[in-house]
Amino acid sequence: MNLPRVVLCDYGAGNLRSVSAAFGRAGATTAASTDPTEVLEAPLAVIAGVGHVESAARGLEPVAAAIRERVAGDRPTLGICVGMQLLFDESEEGGRGLGLLRGPVRRLRARRVPHMGWNALALRRESALLEGLDAADVYFAHSYAAEPADGLAIAEVEHDGSIVAAVEQGALAGVQFHPERSGAAGARVLENVLRWSRNA
Amino acid sequence: MVKKRLIPCLDVAGGRVVKGVRFERLRDVGDPVELAQRYSELGADEIVFLDIAATVEGRGPTLELVERAAESLTVPLTVGGGIAGLKDARSLLRAGADKVAVNRAAVEEPSLLGELAAEFGAQAVVCAIDSRGGEVVTHGGRRPRGLESIAWAREATQRGAGELLVTSIDTDGTRGGYDLELTSRIAAAVEVPVIASGGAGEARHLAEAFEAGAEAALVASIVHERPERLGELKVELRTAGWNVRI
Repeated sequence: MNLPRVVLCDYGAGNLRSVSAAFGRAGATTAASTDPTEVLEAPLAVIAGVGHVESAARGLEPVAAAIRERVAGDRPTLGICVGMQLLFDESEEGGRGLGLLRGPVRRLRARRVPHMGWNALALRRESALLEGLDAADVYFAHSYAAEPADGLAIAEVEHDGSIVAAVEQGALAGVQFHPERSGAAGARVLENVLRWSRNA
Repeated sequence: MVKKRLIPCLDVAGGRVVKGVRFERLRDVGDPVELAQRYSELGADEIVFLDIAATVEGRGPTLELVERAAESLTVPLTVGGGIAGLKDARSLLRAGADKVAVNRAAVEEPSLLGELAAEFGAQAVVCAIDSRGGEVVTHGGRRPRGLESIAWAREATQRGAGELLVTSIDTDGTRGGYDLELTSRIAAAVEVPVIASGGAGEARHLAEAFEAGAEAALVASIVHERPERLGELKVELRTAGWNVRI
């Protein structure tokens, strides 16, 4: 069987070990890369994010053009956490994202920020990415969140108001939570992602 | 609604889980990753490794351990204990810890919190505060710092801490319940989530800490004796109407 090869965009600040291991458990081979050609040609490219959006955007610069080209060519691309925020435009945290999806990234307005811990997904439209995950608890750790243009959100969570937890537009998707740290539900998300990337 | 979290804390030294009395006569009780895995299966929402020998032995075994844990755990991992400054914290985060808990280094060099938040985001920066009689203490409670705990909590979050781990030395080890006054005053003073620590003996104590405003409760000795207790605590809390993950 041909294993899908997942390329994790390596931009320094974030640690890719846990994401890589989680994709490995889901049955995929992974490689971290800073090489634009590898990022462009990967069956699935992942922008896994922890850290500050501005330093992440800076670190991502060498592969930004490759990511844009992938997305223009409808190749499966997934952003995780800050990696999802980077798909959007301007962030209140500072800096600009890739501008691939429309909407700002704003600081959360809630009694407790960061939004930290397990929260239940509420699916907003049908999507292969989150199949079987309505009401599943997944792990969040963020102070900023994308406010996508209409129709992009596929799931939300409640935290003194609703926060967009996942977006999808064609072969481009983002999850604000950390599937690699979300137990069995997170593993299911990554299995869905791999299936989605093969069919996209 | 974000769930209230239960977080088992494992003391590690030289890459192993240890038990001991006042840091003396340490007894090896197992592999941290295996034990963390077990807690994760029993419903732990996160895991904390407290490196109690870090300042004595250096970081080698802990870094190797964190790398291994980052690969196999499917819940978040926080590492604390003996982090002397930016370099230690950075090594642990680069090794795969999701968060670091800094205590004394933050008291002595508060700008560390901001530097870490700028590099890794506030969500990766936990400020651990040990408090006795309302005053910040370090060195396992032996050294009073002349800092008021609530004022320090507020300052730490303004500087960049994204979460506070508040341990009351007054209640730690008593199993008589968390320090509710300290927990509620700090939870009211800050915007970030507060983890209550020190004194858990039964499910009711955790409920009281949540009621006092804590988002999470650290558990140590009550679950180490019998890890299955962790799952029971969650069921008891859920039955009592608390929003916990089962």
